[in-house]
Amino acid sequence: MLVHSRAGRWTAWTVFFVLFLPLFALPFLVVLAASFATHWSGALPSVPTLAHYREALHGDSLHALTTSLLTATGASVSALVLGGWAALAAERLPRRLRRVVDALFMLPLAVPSVVVGLCLLVAFSQPPFLLNGTAWIVVLAHTVLVTAFAHQSVGAALTRLDPAYEQSAASLGARPLYVLWRIRLPLLLPSLTAAAGLCFALSMGELSATVMLYPPGWVPLPVRIYSATSRGSLFEGAALAVVMMAATLAVLLGVSRIRNRAAHR
Amino acid sequence: MSAAGGVRLDGVTVAHGGTTVLDRLDLSVGPGEVMALLGPSGSGKTTALRAVAGFVRPSAGRVLIGGRDVTGLPPYRRGIGMVVQQYALFPHLRVEQNVAFGLRARRTPRATITGRVTEALEMVGMAGYARRHPRELSGGQQQRVAIARALAIRPDVLLLDEPLSALDARLRSGMLAELARLHRELPHVSILYVTHDQIEALTLADRVAVLDQARLRDCGTPYELYRTPRTAFTASFVGNANLLPVRGERDGRVRLADTPLRVASGAAGPGAGAEATVCVQPHLLRLLPAPDAVGATGGAGSANVLRGTVTAVQWRGHTHRLLVDVHGHEVRADVGDLRQPPAAGDEVALAVDPEDTVLLPGGLTDGGHRG
Ligand SMILES: Nc1ncnc2c1ncn2[C@@H]1O[C@H](COP(=O)(O)OP(=O)(O)OP(=O)(O)O)[C@@H](O)[C@H]1O
Ligand SMILES: [Mg+2]
Repeated sequence: MLVHSRAGRWTAWTVFFVLFLPLFALPFLVVLAASFATHWSGALPSVPTLAHYREALHGDSLHALTTSLLTATGASVSALVLGGWAALAAERLPRRLRRVVDALFMLPLAVPSVVVGLCLLVAFSQPPFLLNGTAWIVVLAHTVLVTAFAHQSVGAALTRLDPAYEQSAASLGARPLYVLWRIRLPLLLPSLTAAAGLCFALSMGELSATVMLYPPGWVPLPVRIYSATSRGSLFEGAALAVVMMAATLAVLLGVSRIRNRAAHR
Repeated sequence: MSAAGGVRLDGVTVAHGGTTVLDRLDLSVGPGEVMALLGPSGSGKTTALRAVAGFVRPSAGRVLIGGRDVTGLPPYRRGIGMVVQQYALFPHLRVEQNVAFGLRARRTPRATITGRVTEALEMVGMAGYARRHPRELSGGQQQRVAIARALAIRPDVLLLDEPLSALDARLRSGMLAELARLHRELPHVSILYVTHDQIEALTLADRVAVLDQARLRDCGTPYELYRTPRTAFTASFVGNANLLPVRGERDGRVRLADTPLRVASGAAGPGAGAEATVCVQPHLLRLLPAPDAVGATGGAGSANVLRGTVTAVQWRGHTHRLLVDVHGHEVRADVGDLRQPPAAGDEVALAVDPEDTVLLPGGLTDGGHRG
């Protein structure tokens, strides 16, 4: 801790409990409590049950979970490859052109994701680019939305990378591709995994573009949660949300383990 | 890998956005020769090295390695070993993997790699550290590994950019001796050694090139540059010399204000009244037995005598450095550890032999450099 005096530490903890708990923790606690409830008319939910979880891990709901996991994996891997590749390639560009490329990658963040969904719907509803009605258009939309983050974080990491490493490698006779593979990518690994985690989490929770695009056989979890809550099944929705949070958290922890191992070498 | 090594720079000019950071540099390092590139900070030493390595493209001139024009070749096709200032060991690779890197990149057979890595690590005394990661090594150890990594590819040319600047004084002198030994073991390797430390340059190099403000100022053996510099800049930067403005006399002697000075024979004296510069190295000045000697030349014999007022005394362990104001010019004198050093404000007389009084043509325009 950076706070050294006892009074300072107490103040820090108080601020933490007063601000953090209501702001961040309470909503999650409510969802968690609701996911076990059958009724909630008093201050606290009553008649605890595991039925919602049984429901959430079966049939269509389980399918929605795997759909979300697959979509998020596909989107974050493609975003990492595309965004990382673009950041690496942009390094060689003149500065002004590089700014333009950077801005282009930020564009999907500047417009509402509903608009991004709409654009994709318009663009891919006609042959030869007929993706509408397939799972691919969902993965594509998520990729478009999260690539900006991958591009940003890889680009930022690249500017911090000491050119002395690649130059030493080159002077030892390594060709650019070999330098990329053996030196630059391993050195970028912490940033790459951080970007992957971010992209994955964002894709897991994406709703607004997804609702415009998802086909009947490819219903991601947020859509299912949304329809559950909008038809009034709040407790079922809460259980689904908890499952989704747990799954995302598990993946993020796994990714950060890789990152720690990379950073500690 | 024949004896046809060596590096030549032919009028190499490098400009960064309008400013010339290297101006028509001509330099040639023979096979097996150690050339030190000496100069103050910002003089273009690293730039010259990077031009040889291929990391900056000269706007004019050619770079030849082993007689082959490599000006247009990318760094990875030049076959040189390079050790940069920060060592730049690959942090994610073990010491042995670092050393093997260049060989792997060249697709050397695995069996050969193992042998060469061991050999290179033994050469720098780091064989016991092969399994470590760079961050588990001290600065001096990292530097040895960086050298081993450069040597493993058996280059004909080794470029070293201030390799010892990150080390403390004691470690530095140890590493200097090791570099000298290393070069004896690899007699065919040409070494271009960048430094701003004249001791390193004088110790290690067969020849020293002095750079200042993007230009080559002087080039010669360490002894030549140290004892008989050709420019005031060399005299002050390499030899730490005091530079004193003098005027020529009719009889071929020179005069510092009203003090006549005899200079080393062989140098053509300036014409009467012409401006010239005299260089005297601090350690060649002797303190005459003061204070009764003030006014007399007692003990000086035929030596030149400079009289002045002490402005400061610095004790440096093995010497006392006296700063003496002589006719308005500050003269530094390193005299052996004195029992009773003079104090600031004392009048002293300093003697220097005529052979150690080096005359340079021209006035003190470029100011020289304070060492
Ligand atoms: N990429 C660059 N862009 C612009 N100017 C540069 C660049 N690289 C070097 N310079 C300039 O070129 C000059 C020479 O730089 P160089 O690095 O060769 O100096 P040096 O002699 O190695 O100095 P030092 O002893 O401090 O390492 C400096 O004035 C520096 O500011
Ligand atoms: Mg430098």
